[in-house]
Amino acid sequence: MPVLGQKKLLGADDIRRAVARLAHEVVEHNHGVDELVLVGLQTRGVPLARRLQERIREFEGATVPVGELDIGLYRDDVHQRAPRALNPTSIPVDISNRTVILVDDVLYTGRTARAALDALIDLGRPRAIQLVCLIDRGHRELPIRPNYVGKNIPTSRHEKVAVRLEEVDDVDEVVLIQPPGDES
Amino acid sequence: MTLQLINRGPNGVHIQPRRGRRHVLDLDDFSVEEVETVLETATRMKDVLQRPIKKVPTLRGKTLVTLFYEASTRTRVGFEVAAKALGADTVSVAAASSSVTKGESLIDTIRTLQALGADFVVMRHHQAGAPYVVAEEVASSVINAGDGWHAHPTQALLDLFTIRERLGRIGGLRVAIIGDILHSRVARSNLWGLTLMGADVVLCGPPTMLPAPSFCAAGLPWQLQRTYLLDEALDGADVVMVLRMQLERQTGGLFPSLREYVRTYALTEERLSKAKPGALVMHPGPMNEGVEIDPKVARGVQSAIEAQVTNGVAVRMALLYLLSGLPA
Repeated sequence: MPVLGQKKLLGADDIRRAVARLAHEVVEHNHGVDELVLVGLQTRGVPLARRLQERIREFEGATVPVGELDIGLYRDDVHQRAPRALNPTSIPVDISNRTVILVDDVLYTGRTARAALDALIDLGRPRAIQLVCLIDRGHRELPIRPNYVGKNIPTSRHEKVAVRLEEVDDVDEVVLIQPPGDES
Repeated sequence: MTLQLINRGPNGVHIQPRRGRRHVLDLDDFSVEEVETVLETATRMKDVLQRPIKKVPTLRGKTLVTLFYEASTRTRVGFEVAAKALGADTVSVAAASSSVTKGESLIDTIRTLQALGADFVVMRHHQAGAPYVVAEEVASSVINAGDGWHAHPTQALLDLFTIRERLGRIGGLRVAIIGDILHSRVARSNLWGLTLMGADVVLCGPPTMLPAPSFCAAGLPWQLQRTYLLDEALDGADVVMVLRMQLERQTGGLFPSLREYVRTYALTEERLSKAKPGALVMHPGPMNEGVEIDPKVARGVQSAIEAQVTNGVAVRMALLYLLSGLPA
């Protein structure tokens, strides 16, 4: 049932297919899975990283380690908004000399990715960092470009994109939310 | 696949920074949710302290001033290390070497510090209530690092953190606080924190150093036991919190002799065996070893005294982070 002001962009099957393709692209681009580590950005990047791990295990037979990264202490707007709760940062392997695959749900201004790069580099010196996002909605404010995109979705700045995942939200879907009073 | 539900603490309490808090003066205005948020945030900060690079840029450009009218090592240094780990700059003012000796008033001193750009003022003062007066006068965040006999909220928070880290919970535990309760700001702030989080508290010391029985009566925000007998306090205790005999605050006459106090109230290995097996031993420091606590107990396997100091940095980082956002 459609909700007023909300437009469903992707359903569970679409997300599953996008994740499967992203998993293949990551492995192909890196010529295998050696020295890879998937790092999900808190919070919804973490289940996405686990799903990529699962897909890669299915077709490659190898388990790529998965870590989780919270960028709360690296944000550039800490003093401009109310404080946020912090989630765990935990990466099971030393990232030095590995290729880190950063995984986020939505890429927007690029400020989260910028903070994630700083946070990662404080943890070690990766050989390379690549960026996966399920949704790229445009409007970059920094020179940041994803290596792998699930789906490009043109949006306007006053719209919101909500990625909802089973593990966190009990449902798999991507929804475009129009602010109230904005019919288009 | 298990994914911890977002923003839930270990007890399922919602982890959500309290909006609009600017000062930390005592724990009497904290809710369970806010304490849980501080403890969870401190857990994250402890992770930062265990990394090869023990520094994050969160408070870059902010300045923390410590203003201490009384001596301190671990509280002052704990705040300075915490602020530096978050990228802030620190300035330390000891009243003994400042214009205070020329007769500058507390308010004027604070206004000067604010004019010099202090975002956080961490202060310790011999007068109960001094940080409250300051908090009304300045735009900075004021953190009470001990005011007279009244309060020492960051010590209580680091004690709560240490108990939960070692024993997994706070609610339902029996906590014995031993020594000079009457003059202890550590005991007072811990009473608020421990009872808020559901611990059973028993106060123990010589009659002259215990609060009046009415302090433990029904109808107050806490349920307390009070006893003169150490063995009775220790019986079934999960945590034994030993207070420092504040020799500098003694005006005489509260106990017949130090030797008698040691014989009656010092925590020795033999006395500790009356508590629950594995009971946690804590002390806010600095210790008078051989007075309120036997050195063997202080350095024994049940002691969390060193962990308290380390955890103090993580808890203070958490508070600075939570105070740093825009009040909403």
